Amino acid sequence: MDLTHSPAEEEFRARLREWLAKVLPALPPKPPPDDWPGRRAYDLGWQRMLYDAGYADVHWDASPAVRLVFLEETERAGAPYVGANFVGLLHAGPTIAAEGTAEQRARWLPPVLRGEEVWCQGFSEPDAGSDLASLRTRARRDGDEYVVTGSKIWTSHAEVADWCELLVRTDPSAPKHRGISWLAMPMDAPGVTVRPLRTLAGSTEFAEVFLDEVRVPVANRVGQENDGWRVTMVTLSFERGTAFVGEVVACRRVLGELARKARSGGRWDDPGLRRRLGRLNAEFRALWRLTQWNVSEAESSGGVPGVGGSVFKLRYSRARQELYDAAAEVLGAEALDLDRPWVLDRLGSLSYTIAAGTSEIQRNIVAERILGLPKG
Amino acid sequence: MRFRLTDDQRALRDGVRLVLARRFGAEALRAAVGRPGLDRGLWRELGAAGFFSLRLPEAAGGVGLGLPEAVLVFEEAGRVLLPGPLVATHLAAGVVPGAATGDVVVTAVGGGGLVEWLDEADAVVGDAAGAVVVRSVDPLTPLHRVPAAGSSARPDDLLVLLTAAEQLGTAVRACEAAVQHARTREQFGRPVGAFQAVKHLCAELLARVEVARAAVYAAAVTADPVDIAAARLLADEAAVRGARDCLQVHGGMGFTWEADVHLCLKRAWVRAERGGSLAESEELLAGELLVETG
Ligand SMILES: Cc1cc2nc3c(=O)[nH]c(=O)nc-3n(C[C@H](O)[C@H](O)[C@H](O)COP(=O)(O)OP(=O)(O)OC[C@H]3O[C@@H](n4cnc5c(N)ncnc54)[C@H](O)[C@@H]3O)c2cc1C
Repeated sequence: MDLTHSPAEEEFRARLREWLAKVLPALPPKPPPDDWPGRRAYDLGWQRMLYDAGYADVHWDASPAVRLVFLEETERAGAPYVGANFVGLLHAGPTIAAEGTAEQRARWLPPVLRGEEVWCQGFSEPDAGSDLASLRTRARRDGDEYVVTGSKIWTSHAEVADWCELLVRTDPSAPKHRGISWLAMPMDAPGVTVRPLRTLAGSTEFAEVFLDEVRVPVANRVGQENDGWRVTMVTLSFERGTAFVGEVVACRRVLGELARKARSGGRWDDPGLRRRLGRLNAEFRALWRLTQWNVSEAESSGGVPGVGGSVFKLRYSRARQELYDAAAEVLGAEALDLDRPWVLDRLGSLSYTIAAGTSEIQRNIVAERILGLPKG
Repeated sequence: MRFRLTDDQRALRDGVRLVLARRFGAEALRAAVGRPGLDRGLWRELGAAGFFSLRLPEAAGGVGLGLPEAVLVFEEAGRVLLPGPLVATHLAAGVVPGAATGDVVVTAVGGGGLVEWLDEADAVVGDAAGAVVVRSVDPLTPLHRVPAAGSSARPDDLLVLLTAAEQLGTAVRACEAAVQHARTREQFGRPVGAFQAVKHLCAELLARVEVARAAVYAAAVTADPVDIAAARLLADEAAVRGARDCLQVHGGMGFTWEADVHLCLKRAWVRAERGGSLAESEELLAGELLVETG
């Protein structure tokens, strides 16, 4: 058991830290939440800077330990979040890297790394959320194209995406898990309509996507026809396993800021509040340790993260909500003012126990796949 | 970074698990409950196996291992609910003659002025003068209270950490017992573990164990007081809540003396007290938030 990094990893950290200190002060101000073209440009601009500095593929090609150092340092320095590049960088990219052909990797991966193309995730449908495998969007084969009809919902970043990792039903007569395929669909294809949905935070974070006879080349299918469920599990293991890891560091930073704010505002005298923040400190420290544990395990086994990510997601999503509830306690009446810091984050935190598989679904996964309890 | 068990650590853990399963399995636990008293023979065997001298340098007749190894061993002890002032004796090895070999049983005045196993102990760390017997909630942890001893002094960090390791082990046991019961007990024609309400209790049990494990092992590596306080909070929670949820999964059977579940819960309660007050640990962690961010 060892928590120290190798000299090579520490060297990576030092170089990265130096680079961050140089570039971050020169970054333009963050665009407002609803300025989607602005957000796209900002997020991709950051990705381009990472690319030029040689850090773009750290999520894919670096060892898990180096990746951890990267997340630690970027979050600590307050660097921009992956943002609009989230799906491309953290799930579609790794999925294509793991399951795609050489041509597919060559076509789709470099633009993601260079910050040129944005991806979105077209998995959920109005009647297929937790029960994702019951999705109904049809893809009928017509020569070397699929003709896709149906609709997707809660598609994050759909407004500004170039590509969609799309789940479609290619064999309606097969059992529901067996007739699904994973396609890369261009968002500008004729027949694709995006209708933004307003979230409870007032922003347009996600959208409905309507698909009307959209033609997608068969060559855009990642994995075998009707084998999309297995590919999807690969995607989801990235989504639950590693995609939230960097945020733990950010939460620890927020917790420190909150403590300072409580002190300057006189709330620090309240032992109940102090104890609550102390407990959250314990939780986030432990979540970071759990991450280090999972990363070390992944490093020894190599490859795709396992279902262990569900334990992390279960605890992390709850802790994040508790963090911002504590923030509201520190803010007092200010917690009702959308212009105060943390108030939008508090609203946003409500999605964490839902998106990427609800907490109930994570508990099912932990109970059935880790503990081996019988299916209900 | 290799934050996982080394082959040697795995071998150590498996070895200890094997010995304890043989020497202190479920039947021995029941027998001990029926006939409380410290098994001196077992104590010496533990000593001979290096349980107490684990962290003493080899030059001093010890095993020469570190805190991470000690944590693994105490986790296994906690898993079988091994009784006795194990942590106090381990910490006395090299200080109190005979502790390292298991010839001498050492107890300590702990949190809240409570002393475990006072009548069986050959030596006491701290002043136990005027100790009066307490009717202990845990049948396998006799308790005395020292009226004068204030609980002002913060318990020793190593005592807190090794206690957290025991709590982790007990949490693991509670999780295993809950899952085992959920798999085998049938109602409505199926194992109760097929019902989601039960399944979710079990999933939360495991999540608490995993988070506590990461915290305890990390604290063993860093020996940092703040890490130890965090480990303590999460391990206490994993053990106490875990035992409660395990009891719930067992239904009426869980409320009987015959089921082992209550032994987990009661021991977890006793150990939670040993680490000093929860508020102290939480305050320590809160204070660190200010230090770290200026
Ligand atoms: C902010 C945000 C962003 C999102 N982004 C995307 C995206 O980019 N792409 C995408 O494809 N999807 C996205 N989603 C959708 C998300 O994956 C689904 O919302 C989620 O999987 C839950 O599905 P649902 O909303 O249909 O809820 P439902 O499945 O209808 O669930 C309703 C309630 O029932 C519970 N429930 C359902 N089934 C079970 C069960 N078997 N056992 C126990 N309880 C159960 C759920 O836990 C929940 O409490 C996003 C969602 C949010 C909130």
